[in-house]
Amino acid sequence: MSALLQLDGVEARYGPVKVLHEISLEVGRGELVAVLGANGAGKTTTLRAVSGTVRRTGDIVFDGSKLPRRPDAAARAGIAHVPEGRGTFSELSVWENLRLGAYTRRGSVKEDAQHVFEYFPRLEERKNQQAGTLSGGEQQMLALGRAMMARPKLVLLDEPSLGLAPMLVKEIFDRLERMIAQDGTAVLVVEQNAALALAHAARAYVLEVGHVVVSGPSEELRENESVRRSYLGY
Amino acid sequence: MLVAAFTWTEFAQQIAAGVRQGAVFAGLALALVIIYRSTRAINFAQGEMATFTTFICWSLMNNGLSFWAAFPIVLAIAFVGGIAIERTIIRPVENGPVITIVIVTLGLALLLNGLMSVIWGGGNRPFRGPFSTRTIDVGGVPISVQDIGIVVVSFVLVALLALFFRFTKLGLALRAAALNRESSELVGVRVGWMLAFGWGLAAVLGAVAGMMVAPILFLDPNMMQVILLYAFAAAVLGGLDSPIGAVVGGLLLGVGITLVGRYVGFVGDVLKLPVALLVILLVLVVKPNGLFGRVAVRRV
Repeated sequence: MSALLQLDGVEARYGPVKVLHEISLEVGRGELVAVLGANGAGKTTTLRAVSGTVRRTGDIVFDGSKLPRRPDAAARAGIAHVPEGRGTFSELSVWENLRLGAYTRRGSVKEDAQHVFEYFPRLEERKNQQAGTLSGGEQQMLALGRAMMARPKLVLLDEPSLGLAPMLVKEIFDRLERMIAQDGTAVLVVEQNAALALAHAARAYVLEVGHVVVSGPSEELRENESVRRSYLGY
Repeated sequence: MLVAAFTWTEFAQQIAAGVRQGAVFAGLALALVIIYRSTRAINFAQGEMATFTTFICWSLMNNGLSFWAAFPIVLAIAFVGGIAIERTIIRPVENGPVITIVIVTLGLALLLNGLMSVIWGGGNRPFRGPFSTRTIDVGGVPISVQDIGIVVVSFVLVALLALFFRFTKLGLALRAAALNRESSELVGVRVGWMLAFGWGLAAVLGAVAGMMVAPILFLDPNMMQVILLYAFAAAVLGGLDSPIGAVVGGLLLGVGITLVGRYVGFVGDVLKLPVALLVILLVLVVKPNGLFGRVAVRRV
């Protein structure tokens, strides 16, 4: 079966500066794939290229058809992007944030919200609270919950562990694995914390200054000498 | 200067007149706020847009339509016209600096003003409104039917808008697009169209305000210019990005100005506008966020 998401020779630039060079990668259905690399390697831009929030060239095929380069079109196609800084609407309530997650879908959202609350009971307690008053961990939960509301085929997740206590990070990744197992959602996650990412992802790509330098199954990468030295630090 | 003897009946009448003025200010201020929230710019063409649509109403009535037959047609034209203006004139500068957008709206105001003179000619003309000017007795206070009508129409519109923003999916998307453009796109909202939709709603609010005041002010291309200044004051008083603020600010300003004009001898009718401008100045100096302006709550 063909991959759910396939990037072929994708390039992206911010003004005159090219930040992605000929990136090719794929994500299978229900697969957790990590993108690793140092600051400025182009990890975030890779996600942005997929959701169309940055100028890009090259082919991206999603779920059997070419993906248009417009963020709302990507959302409609079934891609939920949880960006850097989580992208929640801090002035809107938790419930309104979740409601917006389901924007591209018709019909009732109650059932989906119930599903999200099973994953993150804390969100149900804070349903009517302004999202901006949530703690960092709760905001990350809300961002994930909002992504789930779209019933996405693929979630793009940018630095979910950033600024969170280890306990919360563990909780977030547990939920991610549960989401993959139960709902069959695929996840493409960008992480600074390589050890964490490799512990959960099936496969990973390592970026350096906009190029894919190494890729493969997580176990292999964990054994890879240069990956170990540069990203795992032992 | 001598001020006539105070009576409670007259005071109540003044309040009623103030509420009527305030309702119009509130509608136009709300239009300003809707556009300000999504583009961070003040739409200086709001007054001219309102007058233009009022002229359309006048033409329709001259062609034999009753006011209430023309009313929905004008609202539809205003809505579509507002969207068209955003898509054609504002969209090219949408991502530019705020000052560019502001200057484009100033240009639009001049353009519409000129167009009105060309199409309908200058000079003012009477506009037959939908409400009678006879007074009825409300709890011992004589109030004109027209005043009551203006207040009712204005507030029904504001209430409908509030319900729309609060309880519909489209209303939520409009609010989201104004708050955070990129996140809205990521959940699938077509932000460009939401901005255009906001302009459509603002144009409708302006059209209603225009059609409500035209019977009082007489219709001419400059009709809404002074009202727009009051609406600025009302919007600033309420907090430029607060819809509730615009409505409360409009009412406070309408009542305040009417009372000050009546009971503060030297102000009278001539100095009402400077008082409104003083309100803008004071609010900006003392409480720049206005009464209801957003104080960002954020924890990371």
